[in-house]
Amino acid sequence: MEIFVCVKQVPNTTEVKIDPETNTLIRQGVPSIVNPFDKNAVEAALRLKEQHGGKVTVITMGPPQAEEALRECLAMGADEAILVSDRAFAGADTLATSYTLATAIERMGHFDLIICDKQAIDGDTAQVGPEIAEHLGIPQVTYVSGISVNKDTVRIEREHEAGIEVLETRLPLLISVVKSINEPRLPTVKGTMKASRKAIVLWTVNDLAVDHARLGLKGSPTQVVRIFTPKQRTQGKLIQKDTARAAVLELLGNLADAKLV
Amino acid sequence: MTIKVNSAECISCGVCLPACPFGAIVWQSDKAYIDERCTLCGACLEVCPVNAIAREDEAREVSIDKRAYSGVWVYMERVGDRLRSVGHELLGQGRLLADSLQEELSAVLIGDDVSGLAQETIASGADRVYLVEGAEYAHYSTDAYTKALAELINLYKPSVVLLGATTDGRDLAPRVAGRVGTGLTADCTGLGIQVETGLVEWTRPAFGGNIMATILCPDHRPQMGSVRPKVFKRPVPNLERTGEIVRVPIRVEASEIRTKLLEVIQVGATTLNLEEAEIIVSGGRGMGKPENFALIEELAEVLGGAVGASRAAVDAGWKHPLHQVGQTGKTVGPKIYIACGISGAIQHLAGMSSSDIVIAINKDADAPILKAADYGIVGDVMEVLPVMLEELRKLRS
Repeated sequence: MEIFVCVKQVPNTTEVKIDPETNTLIRQGVPSIVNPFDKNAVEAALRLKEQHGGKVTVITMGPPQAEEALRECLAMGADEAILVSDRAFAGADTLATSYTLATAIERMGHFDLIICDKQAIDGDTAQVGPEIAEHLGIPQVTYVSGISVNKDTVRIEREHEAGIEVLETRLPLLISVVKSINEPRLPTVKGTMKASRKAIVLWTVNDLAVDHARLGLKGSPTQVVRIFTPKQRTQGKLIQKDTARAAVLELLGNLADAKLV
Repeated sequence: MTIKVNSAECISCGVCLPACPFGAIVWQSDKAYIDERCTLCGACLEVCPVNAIAREDEAREVSIDKRAYSGVWVYMERVGDRLRSVGHELLGQGRLLADSLQEELSAVLIGDDVSGLAQETIASGADRVYLVEGAEYAHYSTDAYTKALAELINLYKPSVVLLGATTDGRDLAPRVAGRVGTGLTADCTGLGIQVETGLVEWTRPAFGGNIMATILCPDHRPQMGSVRPKVFKRPVPNLERTGEIVRVPIRVEASEIRTKLLEVIQVGATTLNLEEAEIIVSGGRGMGKPENFALIEELAEVLGGAVGASRAAVDAGWKHPLHQVGQTGKTVGPKIYIACGISGAIQHLAGMSSSDIVIAINKDADAPILKAADYGIVGDVMEVLPVMLEELRKLRS
């Protein structure tokens, strides 16, 4: 099986804090990490490879330092890594990003399965996966929490509001996975050593058969025009009592006054 | 378009460095420099005290006749034979957009024998209903629904398309946007019209809910966005409204549908359906251990509500991920949200801050959840919850 995993290097948004004085982001000291859900995607790919053989290639579009994210995936056990990086790709929204990644995957010739994560924790759009599938004309299944492959037939479990959907489909296919699909393995020392010696394939705009008008900012239909900090909810009543019962009675009294119970 | 620092004007004050959400501003020869991590969000433009940072626009090459596109559309998602509430919420919001643009509002209804639902959408504000029916649409499938919605868009050319940011909505919207080649903004929590241009201003949380971004789709049509459930109120139905029903025959061959739904396995019973719940009781790390979630379930049952969980509780394996409330979980907006032993990380707040009333129980008086709560009890959840159950049962009898 030829498996591609699309990954992204993101700032660790769980470590971002807001400066209460200026109401702006404190960005300093926030490390760049592999998007957490990407590790589930890599793990899913590695398990399929262990069962069916083949090759796992991780691919990312980003600045040169995104190489660190690829190395981390190589250390987990991925076979190859491709970095798609060029100033021409900068400012891309999801449509331009997916077009660029789809073109890069196509350049590799053959693929059976493309695995994306559920969403990146910086943008949270969850759009690039389905848009890659559309560019490549292959079926997609999103929010995948389980996958098994038998020859060309794929059986999938999908997390849905209604419960777990069980679907059947065929390769080639794109899936986006949720974290309940697996517990990602930690890179071993040996894996990390091996990964540090591996060559990462670098593709710039000149390596891809692309329509330049569809790249980067120029190829992006959407534009961010304003960034601001969200309005916070205001604090209401704080109940501090000596006993739990006194606190509960005070709360219920307040709720009754507000006609909420 | 690029954003650059004019180094001749830069006074090296450093104010812009922490203002960049992406860490793209660095020192270079003692002046601020914007590197390739820049996403052109513009957050730095306003903070520079000497206006040394500027956005340089380049001409875009787009040849879409925007005047050919008119009308606001809302895609109506179904659960079985009824409509999801989010569709109605979007009709209410779509009505405001359509009125301010002086365009029509239409509902898009796709399914097998679903014409009976058309009147409901008209009562919620639609002037017209585009109806695509056939046995192939009985269940949602990416392939059939993408074909139907993309063909409708190509035939009738709406200027705006709204979808609910549900599991299926977030599956369908990017696929359709990719097919028609337009821009899509995900998970919006605010919609408006820019007065000068008539463009939709899509506002959404990003960066883990730490910042809000307003996004435009200036040169492509339709302007598409998915909108989170429960952000907008469902309009009161006006049963006297009339509208037009347009049946559009779009057929999908069985071979074109490449995924087959075999079955749906239920997870829990009364505990799910968070998006539509009026009351939600959520538990976090402060519950201590998975067995203690029984108290959360009991309280939810007494109140007739649903059970939620924080990311910490889900990561610890105490609750199925389908219960997770927050930026990477569900967005909820119940009448009453009760947070038990949840500290209130910004990612959690992003998922529940449109709740009408928030009640929080936390032993740490400084926990962020208490600052976002209408009523906050400072105390140990394991002491407070049993008493609360007891007192509520007394009230009931």
